[in-house]
Amino acid sequence: MNAQSPHQPGAGRLVGRDVPRVEDSALIRGRGRYVDDIAPPGLLHAAFLRSPHAHAAIRGIEAVAARALPGVHAVLTLAELGPHLTDTRLVVALPSPAYRLELHRPVLADAEVTHVGEAVAVVIADTRAIAEDAAALVEVDYDPLPAVADCVAALEPGAPIAHSGAASNLAAELTLEYGAVDAAFATAPHRFAERLSIHRGGSHSIECRGVLARHDPLDDRLTVWSSTQTPHTARRMLCDLLGLPEEGVRVVTPDVGGGFGPKLIFYPEEVVVALAARLLARPVKWIEDRAEHFIATTQERDQLWDVELATDGEGRILAVRGQMIHDHGAYTARGVNVPQGAVSAMPLAYVVPAFRVAMKVAATNKVPVTPVRGAGQPQGVFAMERLLDRAARELNLDRAEIRRRNLVPGDRMPYATPLKTRGGMQVVLDSGDYPRCMAMALEAAGWDAFPERQRAALAQGRHTGIGVANYVEGTGRGPFEHVSVRIEPSGRIVVATGAAAMGQSTHTMLAQLVAEHLGGDMSRVHVIAGDTAAAPMGIGGSNSRQAVLAGSSAHAAALRVKDKVLHVAAGLLEADEGDLEIEGDAVRVKGVPEMKVTLAAIARAVAGAPGFAIPGGRGPGLIAAEEVVIDAMAYANGTAVAEVEVDAETGEARILALTFSHDCGNALHPRIVDGQLMGGIAHGIGNALFEHMRYDEEAQPTSTTLADYLLVTATEMPPVRILHMQSPTPLNPLGIKGVGEAGVIPVPAAIAAAIEDALSPFRAHVTRVPLSPVDIVALIDPAAAA
Amino acid sequence: MTEALDVTLTVNGERHAVRVEARRTLADALREDCGLTGTHLGCEHGVCGACTVLLDGEPVRACLLFAVQAQGRAIRTVEGLAEGGELSPLQRAFIENHALQCGYCTPGFLMLGTALLERDPTMSDEALVDALSSNICRCTGYANIAKAVRAAAAEMRERVPA
Repeated sequence: MNAQSPHQPGAGRLVGRDVPRVEDSALIRGRGRYVDDIAPPGLLHAAFLRSPHAHAAIRGIEAVAARALPGVHAVLTLAELGPHLTDTRLVVALPSPAYRLELHRPVLADAEVTHVGEAVAVVIADTRAIAEDAAALVEVDYDPLPAVADCVAALEPGAPIAHSGAASNLAAELTLEYGAVDAAFATAPHRFAERLSIHRGGSHSIECRGVLARHDPLDDRLTVWSSTQTPHTARRMLCDLLGLPEEGVRVVTPDVGGGFGPKLIFYPEEVVVALAARLLARPVKWIEDRAEHFIATTQERDQLWDVELATDGEGRILAVRGQMIHDHGAYTARGVNVPQGAVSAMPLAYVVPAFRVAMKVAATNKVPVTPVRGAGQPQGVFAMERLLDRAARELNLDRAEIRRRNLVPGDRMPYATPLKTRGGMQVVLDSGDYPRCMAMALEAAGWDAFPERQRAALAQGRHTGIGVANYVEGTGRGPFEHVSVRIEPSGRIVVATGAAAMGQSTHTMLAQLVAEHLGGDMSRVHVIAGDTAAAPMGIGGSNSRQAVLAGSSAHAAALRVKDKVLHVAAGLLEADEGDLEIEGDAVRVKGVPEMKVTLAAIARAVAGAPGFAIPGGRGPGLIAAEEVVIDAMAYANGTAVAEVEVDAETGEARILALTFSHDCGNALHPRIVDGQLMGGIAHGIGNALFEHMRYDEEAQPTSTTLADYLLVTATEMPPVRILHMQSPTPLNPLGIKGVGEAGVIPVPAAIAAAIEDALSPFRAHVTRVPLSPVDIVALIDPAAAA
Repeated sequence: MTEALDVTLTVNGERHAVRVEARRTLADALREDCGLTGTHLGCEHGVCGACTVLLDGEPVRACLLFAVQAQGRAIRTVEGLAEGGELSPLQRAFIENHALQCGYCTPGFLMLGTALLERDPTMSDEALVDALSSNICRCTGYANIAKAVRAAAAEMRERVPA
């Protein structure tokens, strides 16, 4: 509830405070260690040959000239790799009964390519430049096939089939429903229908993907450094595909230059590079360039929604129903989680008595779709919020008022919805006060007084508008994350986790939580994240989950170590445990600081000596490993209010102010929370106004540079005001909810609403994002203007 | 294409004699031939600015220059910002204002910001934000980067009496 305060009420000595980040010291000096910064001796470089066709049969691959180029060590196709693989496909789909097509990605395409950018061969050479020269010499005999770009067209009869072996493009279908939907619609006094579309974008971490693999013959171990958000999954895939034992493969996530979703996927390049390193007995590195990122890294958001809202005379929601078509891309690189997440997010903030949205997941000849920051939720929120705006307009209600009447009230928390998660667990909104959170944003944004501002602006010929959107986000997807905490004989505290950092301050978060209980000095804590050699298991980074899951485990493990430290120290100091405290590198008697024993001495005492009993009687070592299991998701919520000015001549939309109120429970580090939100908000602005991954009708991508695909820069950022509410969740010991994706979720909906409001004199009706200036001009009805 | 040329690159005051192909970019030469991996590549087509370095004091895209073009010029990279191990005011301001998350774009922003501050620490806010729009950050939403540059500018103005 505390806005812009350096720490929250009830903060600990470190937790809840804006302590310095442990990551910064190296990064600020240019001493980060991203995957491309690692260059072992004997390193070779890989370049992938990628399909220029959206859909084609491969008749043959001729690599004689490429192999003959000086400096080339190998040109590998599936023909060469296949004999060394247990499977030539990446079977990574999350379980679901919804699938209608099996669309496992091949390690390399050998018979058919199904999207531009699909890898067909890899060249390994002394330098990347030579590898690229050689790749240009590989001749692939393609026989182009009809391609389908649009997910709606893909499901129409007679559409080109994205995979020639498939009977149709229907990759999956599923329906999320509860309640007597049709009965509610049959008797509802008001029904509002909308056709809405959201378009595709990318994650565009500034660091693209990269993989480096080195097989060490001395210990017969393959080490793979990958810019992955999920190193343990990557290791399992590599072990499975290469037929290697777990101890023979180590996957390390070095510093990662941004993830935003697509780096959680296991990619063909990871197994190809790993296998090439084994076959050639040399380290091999592949670094994705931006051109490849546009055509080979997964993307998201293309969906078409046909949805209908039923309300009573007062604007109270009676039911929602409709259909949604989701663009799946060419392969199942993750699952149906994005459409499912989108539809689940749609009703979440509101009391929706009956709900049914049928999803059709369409295979297209485009880059596979997997979560990008927000993972479907921005689309679901867009659909709900557009419907509410429509209903408010037609019922002549204030747009905030219709939301107040429908938001889940604070006094009904915990609120058991009839929804289920993808794992079949009931969705229970655990905590929060959504109406109050919205009220905070509205008040700060000056919502009530806006009509006056709008009239004044219009009198000067300026078209301004305001929009509001609410979201509720499932964060902290379980079941667990592994964290171990140990105090070494040196006195240093080592924290190892299956969580993986990609820029969201994971090391700081864990060091903070552990140091809180073990002396308060974060510089004594060394965090190892994203290394399969350091943690026996792990799930990794996605779903705004790591602070919740890894944080809870770190907290629990630190408390266990603390307990043992105090117990052993009490014996060594001949003092009562209750009189002891850990301060810096030692345990001391409260009020008698000279009576102390160092953590190093305690660690050494319990390290054991042959023939002597371990002091304390609680076994050796100062170590605890925890996998706190939290199946239920912690639901965060918030409200975005955007105020815009639209130039009706040029179509330029300028955001004058953006107000964002939110509730992610307790904040472990308020400044990092704000940072996460700001990044998400910027991404949301991109999704609303700038970012559009375009394909032509033949599914050729047409926005493959950052000059065509526009990312938000400093000048596009409006003044942003962030307001905090803190309703601690009872689901984890820290009372926290995830915040990594929150910012992006409601922003496109709020901006779309604001633009519609600004152009209300022209009867503009916004049904899609992104909205380029051209799109905005097209919204204007010149007749209405006159 | 593969003919190698001898080039001497002067980076952060230190001379690096390197042998590079004519097509080798300055960014690749810095990273791979000089071992200075603080300069990062984000797009390799001159838009994102992650590879920004200073060439005779001017911010340039190291991905759009060939190493041979930098012969005889004074190159500055992120590794040279801290003097004697002490962070520059801008580096400190980045940390104090949480102007970096993943840190990948940070060296480019630091070099851009350093050039801006050296040119005119009194620049207007509008001019500053406009100049910062040369580079892309996907993590921070820019507000903290602008705040950090402003904070460093304030510190520099205090240090050097007008």
